Formats: sequence, C-alpha cells, structure tokens
Amino acid sequence: MLMSSLTPLGDLENACEFESRHIGLTEADQAHMLSVIGEASRRSLIEGIVPASIARRQGMQLPDPLTEAQALQELRTIADRNVLLKSCIGQGYYGTHTPGVILRNILENPAWYTAYTPYQAEISQGRMEALVNFQTMVCDLTGMPIANASMLDEATAAAEAMTLARRTVKSDSQVFLVDQDCHPQTIEVVQTRARPLGIEVVVGDVVALLPHQACFAALVQYPGSTGAVHDWATQAEQLHGQQAALCVAADLLALTLLTPPGEWGADIVIGSTQRLGMPMGCGGPHAAYLACRDAYKRSMPGRLVGVSIDAHGQPAYRLALQTREQHIRREKATSNICTAQVLPAVVASMYVVYHGPRGLQRIAQRVASFTALLARGLRELGYTLLHDTAFDTVSVKTSDRTDALLARARDSGYNLRRVNAVTLGVSLDETTTRADLEALWGVFAATGQPLPQVASAEAGIDTLLPSTLRRHSAYLTHPVFNSYHSETGMLRYIRALSDKDLALDRSMIPLGSCTMKLNATSEMIPITWPAFAQPHPFAPADQLEGYRLLDEQLRQWLCQATGYAGISLQPNAGSQGEYAGLLAIMAYHAARGNSHRKVCLIPSSAHGTNPASAQMVGMEVVVTACDDQGNVDLVDLQAKCEQHSDRLAAVMITYPSTHGVFETQVKDLCALVHRHGGRVYVDGANMNALVGVAAPGEFGGDVSHLNLHKTFCIPHGGGGPGVGPVCVVDDLVPYLPGHATAGVPVNGVGAVSAAPLGNAAVLPISWMYCRMMGADGLRHATEAAILAANYISVRLRDHYPTLYTSDNGRVAHECILDLRPLKDSSGISAEDVAKRLMDYGFHAPTLSFPVAGTLMVEPTESETLQEIDRFIDAMIAIRDEIRRVEDGTWPREDNPLKHAPHTAAAVLSDGWSHAYSRELGAFPLASLKRQKYWPTVGRVDNVHGDRNLFCSCVPLSAWEAASA
Amino acid sequence: MSLKYTAEHEWVQSGADHVTVGITHHAQDALGDVVFVELPEVGKHFKAGDVAGVVESVKAAADVYMPLGGTITEVNEALRDDPALANSDPLGAGWFFKVRLDNAADVDGLMDEAAYQALTA
Repeated sequence: MLMSSLTPLGDLENACEFESRHIGLTEADQAHMLSVIGEASRRSLIEGIVPASIARRQGMQLPDPLTEAQALQELRTIADRNVLLKSCIGQGYYGTHTPGVILRNILENPAWYTAYTPYQAEISQGRMEALVNFQTMVCDLTGMPIANASMLDEATAAAEAMTLARRTVKSDSQVFLVDQDCHPQTIEVVQTRARPLGIEVVVGDVVALLPHQACFAALVQYPGSTGAVHDWATQAEQLHGQQAALCVAADLLALTLLTPPGEWGADIVIGSTQRLGMPMGCGGPHAAYLACRDAYKRSMPGRLVGVSIDAHGQPAYRLALQTREQHIRREKATSNICTAQVLPAVVASMYVVYHGPRGLQRIAQRVASFTALLARGLRELGYTLLHDTAFDTVSVKTSDRTDALLARARDSGYNLRRVNAVTLGVSLDETTTRADLEALWGVFAATGQPLPQVASAEAGIDTLLPSTLRRHSAYLTHPVFNSYHSETGMLRYIRALSDKDLALDRSMIPLGSCTMKLNATSEMIPITWPAFAQPHPFAPADQLEGYRLLDEQLRQWLCQATGYAGISLQPNAGSQGEYAGLLAIMAYHAARGNSHRKVCLIPSSAHGTNPASAQMVGMEVVVTACDDQGNVDLVDLQAKCEQHSDRLAAVMITYPSTHGVFETQVKDLCALVHRHGGRVYVDGANMNALVGVAAPGEFGGDVSHLNLHKTFCIPHGGGGPGVGPVCVVDDLVPYLPGHATAGVPVNGVGAVSAAPLGNAAVLPISWMYCRMMGADGLRHATEAAILAANYISVRLRDHYPTLYTSDNGRVAHECILDLRPLKDSSGISAEDVAKRLMDYGFHAPTLSFPVAGTLMVEPTESETLQEIDRFIDAMIAIRDEIRRVEDGTWPREDNPLKHAPHTAAAVLSDGWSHAYSRELGAFPLASLKRQKYWPTVGRVDNVHGDRNLFCSCVPLSAWEAASA
Repeated sequence: MSLKYTAEHEWVQSGADHVTVGITHHAQDALGDVVFVELPEVGKHFKAGDVAGVVESVKAAADVYMPLGGTITEVNEALRDDPALANSDPLGAGWFFKVRLDNAADVDGLMDEAAYQALTA
C-alpha cells in the first residue's frame, strides 16, 4: 500500500521562486561555505559581523513576494494607468523610432547592458569604439573639436557648461547670462546649481542684454525652446570681447541642416541625444553631450574615451585624462559626475551609424518640412505664429482660447505645450505623419472651416530655416557612419563589438563597491513597454498615473529598506543623489539662520565623489584621519568636530566603510556629530551589506543616497544609466528636490535633473526586484553577499592577506586583498595581476581603491559557488606564477604577468620569444581550452594616450598601417 | 649653488634677481610618467602657498604651489611641449617657472638639502 505524503499547495506555487534565481548560492553551497569559514550558520555569521547596537529592530514591511509572471502582471496593470497620447510638447523631448536591430541587440541585450565602466580597457574595446563613434558624431554635428562620452541630461550638462566656463575664462564676473528662450527645466537646474557657488544667474533676452551686461558666459538655445532659429554670431563676438564664453544648447538633428555652433563662435555646446533613437521614457534615460574648444579640454567634466596604442603598437581605446575626475582630484575635481549615460549614448551613436549622414538629413528635412507645412496651414486658418523661423517647433498665439484648444487637442489624442496663457507650442518629430498634421489642423480649425491639405506640398515645401544659417559643411564622413546601413551589416557590427567585451553575461565581475549582481530579464522587460517608454515627462499629470503609483510604491519600499522617512527618485546618478542630499543639509541650516555652517568632515578613505559633491554645494571640505585599521579615527573626528563646532554642517561617512568593515562605533559617531549641530550623510554605496540587516536611518544617518544601479539591480550599462535616490529623515523631507517646471513644489532645493522622475523608465527594474524578492528575499541576498565575500577572504588568505577585518577576522560584503608586499618581492603590481586575470577570463576586482596597490573583491549574492571557486583558483594560480618570479624562475620583466593580457595574435606570432610558453600565456588553466575569452588588445599604453590626446574615430589608414 | 626645498616637494634655486622653481626627483617618481603640466601666466602675482600650476600623470594630478610670494617672470615652454622632461631631468631641463620674489630674503626660510632628505627618508 502506498503512503502518499502531501505537499502544501503554497510550496507547489513557490511564490519565492525568484529568490533562488537571483541568489546564485544554493542552501547546500552556503552550508559548505559556512563550514569553510568556520561559522555555524548564516545567522551567527551576520550576528558576528553586524554590531548589535545597529542591527535592525524589525524587519522590512514589504508585500509578500510574487513570481516573475505575477509581478509582471501586477506591474502591467500599473503601467496601463498611464494614458498614451501623442505628445507634441517638445521642450527637449521628442518622439523617435528606435530601430529594431538596435532595440533588440543593444538596449535589450545583456552583453551591452551588463557591462561596467571601461576602466579595464583591454576587455572593453567594443563599447569604447561605440563611445568614440558617439564623441565623433557630436563633434561633427556641433562643429567642435572635442566631446565627451556623455552627460546625464541637457539641464545638468548646461550647469556643467556654466562651471566649466567659470573655471576657464579670464573674465572675473560672477554673472551667468541665460537666454529666456532656453528650456525652462534647464534654467531651473542651472539656478539650483549656481546658488551655492555664488554665481548670479540673470535670465533675459541675451540679444538685448549684451554687450552691456558683464558676465563670464552666456547660455542660448539653438533652435530656441519656443521654436525660433536665431543667429548668435554677434553675441559670440560680444562675449569674446569681454573675455567671456558662449555656451549653446543645440539640437543635434537640427544641426544636420543648420550652421553648427562651432562655426559661429561657440565655446561650449551641450544638449540631448534623446531624439536619436531613445524613447522619451517620461524623462529618461537618455544621453546628453558636452563639446568644447580645445583650450577647455583638460577641464571638461565626465568621461572621455581616447585612442592610444597597445603593447604591440596597435590602436587601442582607453579612458583618457582620468586625473581630472572625482576619483583622483576629489574636491578639486572638474565635477562630481561618475556614472554617465553610456548605454543610451551607445544607442544614439548606433542610430547615427545606421542612418548615416544622408538618412539623418532626410529625417531632419522631413521634420522641418512638416513643420513648415503645419505653420502654413495654421496661418491659412487665421492664426499668428510667434516666430518666422522654425526647425520643428511652432508657437501659436491663441489669446483666450488657449485652454479650450489644449483640451480639444487632448480629445483628439494630442498633447500640446502650454507655453503661457496666450500661447500654445507644437513640436514635430521623426514619428510625425501626414495624418498627424491633418488632425492638428482639425484641432485649431473653427467648426466648418475648410482644412489645409497636405497634398498641396506634395512636390516639396521650403522649410522655415533661415537661409543665412543653412549648413554647408560636411559631417559624419568617417566610414563607420557610411558602412552599416543594411540590417545585416548593422547586426554584425553590433555583435562584433560586443564580442570584444567582457560583461556579466560571460563571467563574474567582482568589482568592490560596484555590486555587479544579476539584472534579471523579467526586471528589464517592462522598460520597453510602450506604457513606460512613450510618455513625455511634461505630459499632464492625469496621464501619468502609472508612473505616479510606481514612484510612490518604490519610494515606500526603499524607505523600508533604509529606515528613512522620505525619498526622491529625481537624481539620475549616485553623484546627483549625493549632491541633492548635501543641498538638503545646507537648506536645513539656512532655514535656521545658520548659513555659516559650511564645514563638511570627510574621512580620507571616502570615495572621491564625496568631496567633489561637497564643494559643489559650497561646503568647505576638512579631511579626517583613518586609523591604521582603516576605520574613521574617532579621536581625530572629535577634535575636528570641536574645532569647527559652530560652523559644522555635516560629516560624510560610508557604512560599512569603504574598507569593508562594519565599524562598531558608528552610533557614537552620529551622536557626536549631532551634538555639534551637524547632520550625518551616509553614502549608500555599500548598501548591499545592509538591506534587511541594518538601516542607516535607524542608526543615526540623516541623509543617504542609494545607487539603484548597484544594490537594486539596474544594470551598469557600461557606465549608465544610473538612479541615485536621495533619502532623508523626517525633518529634512521638506528639503528634498522639487521641480517647478513640472509642478512639484520647491522648498529650498530646486530641480536637480531635467525631468522630475530623473531616469524614470528604468525605475520598473528596481520595482520588479523588490516585488519578486520580498523582505525575506532581500535580507537573504544581503546575507549571501556577506557570506560570499568572507568565503573568498578565508580561502585566499594564505595567498593574499585581507587588508582590513573586524576583530573576529570578518569582512562585510567585500574584501581588500593586499598585494603591496608582492611589489617588493617580485616587482609584480596589483595592475599586473588585474591584467593577468583577463587571460583567465575575468574582469579584475577594483584596482587600487580605496588603497593603492590592492584589489577589492565584491562577489555579490548572484554568483554561483562554481564561478566563485573558479575565481579563487585563478587567483591561486596567479600567486604561483608570482612565486616563480620571486624565486627567479622567470625574470622580473619577462613573465606572464608583465606581458598580460595576451591576445590571440600575440601568442600565435612567429616572433614569440618569452621566458614562458605560449600555452601558459593563453591557457594558464586547462579548463580555459574549453571556454576562452580573448582580450582583443594587449596592455594599453596610458602615458602615450594622455600625452597624445586623440578622441575621435581612428582614420582607416591607422588601422591599415597597424595590420600591415 | 645649493637648492632649497618645500614640504610640497618643490625645489627653489636662487638666481641673480629671481628664483627658479621645479619639482623634485621624489615628486616625479611618485607621480609616474608626467603627461601634462599647467603653467602659470607670465606677469601674474601669487602669494606663498597659492596654487600656481598643476602637474598631471596618468594616475594623479598634483597642484604646484608657489613656494614664496612673487611675480612670474618666465615659464618653461619646453616643458609644456614635452612634459616628460619633468621625469627625465626634474632638476634641470624640467624646471617649471621663474619668480621675481616680493622679498629676496624669504628664500632663507625654506628647507635645505639635509632637511629635505630627512623629510623624504
């Protein structure tokens, strides 16, 4: 007789299934790892690491987890609350058709979206070529000699242009002139940015204000926000006459038809690339750009991809001029920008590669022609337009019929722009059809009035672009923009580039402080749903109910995770969240009449964005010491709190520390700072060790930022998009950033991003993660991440000592391996080990941060035990290689580490003459013969690259010479 | 002709009516290969301790400070064109700028050779 055992239905339904998809370690794996590190259980591990004084008192209140299918269904009902009209609002955001080959093979392809910032150049040549294409595209279209590899959005790019000009020009005026026809959200963000820096922003008619108004720079929009195309050459001369700079916010599509700013005296050109293939996404993500004159290049913010040579003399891409950036210059950095918008920048550059100069011009000509046709028809209907010139935008004088027409347009399915009480704006774009023109005329026509006819322009129509500003110069002439116009060609080009790169879809990327965890497909799927991808950020609020609910729920859950009372999702990178958080602290002090409180104490071990952000909000950075354990030296901190007591604004700490330790006295530290009137900023970079276990809002933090592109699964994309929410305790909630242009009330801190929800369209990713994991799942993830890091530390400790541990020998979610002694014994540097790991098929851990000469390893909870062991085996094998240098078997200058990474061409060369075999160079472990990633270039010459700066597409002749 | 030094790893050599300033061997070694130098404007006046320039390598960007108050009389154009001179000949052809001091006697207050050796030991 069979005895049946019953399984509860709940187990069969397995609502927690996603947890085991996300966490790579099975229960059996974890039991094994615990025994290796000598720990009884996961609970005892956590209790031994997390100080009891800060452990969470109660669990997170999150809804019970759903399966992937259920979560997608629930999110779909939320998304469908967004009402999709055709938006002709313009104001910096336009409809576009993302080519299918780019949508599927880049935006929806893990090979592209799971890549990290290309610090390890030899394994990143593919995406760096795409970024060089982006830089060249921007230079060609703007007529400027140099452009960077993307900015966060047009408004923050304009703010960066302002500070770039202030750093560079000879004028000592503190006035920044902004033309009134710039996009309103740009003006708002510029004003927020200028205030703490003592820059006076004057908004007005730049034509009338110059030449008499003294300023260090002026910003103009080309074409203007309300549509006019103005010739700014005279103003350029006037500005140069007073040693000031001209900054131009320019529409790249329009520049295929208009004389580019570089040809009439612009010094800095910025703008958005959203309309080149990225959906509007309710405001983001999309890449912005910044281009400038040669004299400004060393002061440019952001990442710059340059061309150098590798060890074999071949052209090779690398990140150039990194010494300007926050991680090196710290409070003297050109900007605090860290993550940019690389994935959308790649999309924009591929859109241009695919269309080429003629395809792009055709799109622009169609937009301009439809706009001219629309204008002619509106005039036939009896309307007066604000301007005689236009590219894609007309502003119509509507007197007292403005709101009635707006409603009528909505009823016909169109959103127009309410410029003011007596003016409506209509912007056309790549997606505009003849039917749209007829419908729009129908909106404006009086009852019974005959409508204009599209057919009247069948033979073509003159655009409204001024003839004096028609572009004559060539652009996008490099072969890369003229070779891949068939889908087959494009597909293979995209694939060839991604084959060169090592992303998470191939191996673990154990970068400390980066949290390279799984970006699950079901998390990614919603971002290209039309309901999330199509909305315009300034569409009427009643059409954005879906986004409103998504925002509200995600903020609630993140408050649960952090212990804070209020959150804003507006900042579109961690650096921006940090900046907004510090602005909140300054606004708090100012509201109490304490604007003199400006001192910000920052430990020497802090990430470079901390001091860079502090100086952006007008704080005075005072560095505090760390003890030789790498912890904040409380004695020094106390002394500095006392020394600066009446001027103390804040302290910025990272918890657990950048050294991977849960410092036991953090509550005392917070109390100390509070006693002296300062607020505590807790950098959320290491949140992956805290979720569900400890909450900064509970243990004394006042403000934190999060990195959703670390802890909450938004993929790194090669360097963006990111989301950096700013989280605050109850009394600081009023000082979260508002957004006047979008109707969000401002109370001390104005807009910090162009759009009120920042990179809105990637927020669904973090929503899905939280919804599928639930509170227990999120806590398990944290515990598994901590276990994995401790396992690596213990297994490698006989080969590479872990630099900082707690008193009981434990680390948090990352560990620092000390390679410094090896430099003396063998001449091998941490960088050599990082390059040799490429031969083993790995991206190196974080190199020389926060301590020079070390590698910081963060496996995350998503890696399998098999992959973690593979990494450990590679590190042990490398240690044995180093031993052979120490004992003299190999010369210090001729060994597999010094010559790493090894390309296929190098090991197959007839000229091989090294002290070790080719087989050892390429296949140091037998398992690599079954599965091998080949670095595509040898070690890149960084010195050559910075001494001979070249940031555009490599001419074909250079490739041909290299392979001759 | 003995050199004087600052705690920021610069050397100062006295001339007829000016001093010449550069970075020390210790500094160029710590920086690594220099890729760029930003030199002050000729004719500009700085106080002691002001930032007069920047020296950049691939891994670091360091401020170059005015060792003493004075006016810049000359900058090393050869160094601007070939930053590697700061590595290959820091005490000679890799000089940065020349200064007409506000007060010639200020030089006496700087570190001498022995004191600088002690600092970098």
